[in-house]
Amino acid sequence: MQDNTPRNDLILFACFSIAVLAMPLWTAPFGADYPDLLQKFAIYGIFAIGFNILFGLTGYLSFGHAAFLGVGSYTAVWAFKLLTMNVLPAVLFGVIFAGIFAAAIGFLSLRRTGIYFSILTLAFAQMSYNLAYSVLTPLTNGETGLQLRGTDPRLLDSLLGVATPDGLPSPNLFGFELLGYPSFYFCAVMLIIAFYLALRITRSPFGTMLRAIKSNQNRLSYTGVNTRPYAMAAFVISGMYAGLAGSLLAVTDPLAGAERMQWTASGEVVLMTILGGAGTMLGPILGAGIIKYFENIFSAFNDATLHSIFGFLPHWLSDPLVAVLGLFVGDGWQLTLGALFMVIVIFLPGGLMEGATRLIQLTRRKRPDGGSSEDAAGSRRAFHAGE
Amino acid sequence: MPIFDGKFTRRRVLQSGLVVGAGLAAPMVMRKRAWAETFRNDPGNNPNIVFGWNVPQTGPYADEGADELKAYQLAVKHLNGEGDGGLMNTMKPCSLKGNGVLGKKVTYVTGDTQTKSDAARASAKRMIEKDGVIMFSGGSSSGVAVAVQSLAQEMGVIFMCGLTHSNDTTGKDKKRYGFRHFFNAYMTGKALGPVLKEEMGTDRKAYHLTADYTWGWTQEESIKETTEAMGWKTVAAVRTPLGAGDFSQYITPVLNSGADVLILNHYGKDMVNSLTQAVQFGLKDKMVNGKKFEIIVPLFSRLMARGAGDAIKGILGTTNWNWSLQDEGSKAFVKSFGQEYGFPPSQAAQTCYVQALLYANACEMAGTFYPPEVIKALEDFQFDGMGNGPTLYRGADHQCFKQVLVVRGNENPSSQFDLLRVIKEVPASEVTYDPKIFGGELGPYKV
Repeated sequence: MQDNTPRNDLILFACFSIAVLAMPLWTAPFGADYPDLLQKFAIYGIFAIGFNILFGLTGYLSFGHAAFLGVGSYTAVWAFKLLTMNVLPAVLFGVIFAGIFAAAIGFLSLRRTGIYFSILTLAFAQMSYNLAYSVLTPLTNGETGLQLRGTDPRLLDSLLGVATPDGLPSPNLFGFELLGYPSFYFCAVMLIIAFYLALRITRSPFGTMLRAIKSNQNRLSYTGVNTRPYAMAAFVISGMYAGLAGSLLAVTDPLAGAERMQWTASGEVVLMTILGGAGTMLGPILGAGIIKYFENIFSAFNDATLHSIFGFLPHWLSDPLVAVLGLFVGDGWQLTLGALFMVIVIFLPGGLMEGATRLIQLTRRKRPDGGSSEDAAGSRRAFHAGE
Repeated sequence: MPIFDGKFTRRRVLQSGLVVGAGLAAPMVMRKRAWAETFRNDPGNNPNIVFGWNVPQTGPYADEGADELKAYQLAVKHLNGEGDGGLMNTMKPCSLKGNGVLGKKVTYVTGDTQTKSDAARASAKRMIEKDGVIMFSGGSSSGVAVAVQSLAQEMGVIFMCGLTHSNDTTGKDKKRYGFRHFFNAYMTGKALGPVLKEEMGTDRKAYHLTADYTWGWTQEESIKETTEAMGWKTVAAVRTPLGAGDFSQYITPVLNSGADVLILNHYGKDMVNSLTQAVQFGLKDKMVNGKKFEIIVPLFSRLMARGAGDAIKGILGTTNWNWSLQDEGSKAFVKSFGQEYGFPPSQAAQTCYVQALLYANACEMAGTFYPPEVIKALEDFQFDGMGNGPTLYRGADHQCFKQVLVVRGNENPSSQFDLLRVIKEVPASEVTYDPKIFGGELGPYKV
């Protein structure tokens, strides 16, 4: 692809930061400019970036990343309950505990590669889910989910004499209440930091080593490199990213439920990464945004909404149109998502980022020599060779 | 190599500061407007109000969700004065006029809870933050109901629970902004007890299979309490994982345990599977201790009965409402639902429809949409003619007290809907309890 010069990275990072901070403005035309969805974009963006560090760089496909998300959430809610409503300790402990948990699971799972690794992580995640759902109910409050209560001790808060409001307290940053948009900006700043760290990791010698594991682990072993510490580090880092995302979920909404750890949640992050483009910097975030958008906006379309959209058409035309489209929105949102996923995997195996790269290359080719078809084909071959 | 290798010139700092500042300030301006309101999503001079129907459209309870959504759409029609008016004609006392609510036309938005707390809360937040709903309702599981109810309290928007049967919803997790019309596990135990005594005597040995989560536990506890009080012994109470699919390994030990009653504290697909397998193992035709072996499914629903097929015949359980009831309210509801959709409504549909009407009626009574006033109008509200006999919305825990139906799986169903036969209508007085036994706190009116 292009040269990854520091200058290009800086431009990428600056554009990314501005795009994230200005999200409430440019998402308005899509009907996505409300705090909860924007928070979800940022949080799942972090989750996908972290997953990409493992999957995109080392090629280890983990099917159990939701477990770390769940651990992060539970830890954060417990930090709220036991220590303080300030979000910093919650986020910090969420990341640390998810890291420890990832180290334990990684230690066992990374003894295998390929499909065996995937199945092991899936098994551990599903085990965590079932534990959280029933056996560990005193710790997780089971099906109902862990919630704040007025009677929680909140030791640090009571030591510092923070007044408890009538009803439940809300998460704050040193007294500044994080609700709605301020909460989104907190997540957005975290996303920008997470993106910056991921960028540095990818460009570092360590990142190169991770990519070497992906391209040929055996060859790397034969040259005398012990790959496991590298894979392990990638696994733990990616687990900590998931923990950060999980704790931010608890910050924006102080509740942790077991289904956050279910295998469907693990599968979701895999879909996000593949949809956007595994191994790219922006792809996973894009994928996360699209999936969350579908889940929240497409699922809310009902026949009445469709009728109002196609209201300008005559009845004999709009009624069948609504009947057909109705299958793909509302309760059929997963169908649409599935179709989109298939189209992307079949025609753009590199995800949406491959589509973007192709578009850029097409326009670039056109400018100097009018873009002959042979050239375009040649560049596409070159692109694949570069992969 | 550092990414910020460029120099931080004055111009550059100013430039980037401006951009970031503008980005940060934009939403603050929007937020200020929101704070000028007296309460969240005040319709003000808007001629329309928005209700949110937050139901499971995908996942294990999608059937119930689809039925609930149909009921809500019917309720909106009736509130706006379209259709035959349904239960607005039989409800007593009724302040609804069929011209919307407080003269404003009712519109609605829908969302998918996926029967997951996270998805349900995300969907509810979308309704509150983006669509500006004044009230939202729905749900087919207690975990979701409890999670969404606490969100309602945080946001200050009233939530009318749909189908939720756990004691916790109006027990230890009750909230000022949450209301439940549906009955609960405790009432199931109270209603079922006397019938069990009558049918099976006082010398029985019970074996529980319980779905291993909050709802299952509260139900097991409630049933145990009732049956043990009348002299039954509990041989064992075994927890089964949710969504187990194959229950044969749990049913085999029942055969040799010496128990003569099997109580299945399961719901949805779990109940369909465990009951079908128990019948396949021949438990229904067995004789133990000189008595006929019996199976009990404390919480029944017609949609589940349909899934279980023939296995349901002769099985005892309880339900909130059944379309075969012959009172004025039930007949009116079955008629307008049937005319609209071509089949009789389920208990989930009935409870959701009634909840929508009750909220609208409370707004009319209070003369405002201001939530604390609407809550006060709903609390201790007594009404009749909604299909469940005289009903009280108790203010102390926001639980409705009304008759509970004890039903039996129909031996000779006359149609695919005629699956449950009501054998007893237990009056509200027999299932009423002291709100203190479950603890919990409602929280403040104003948030």
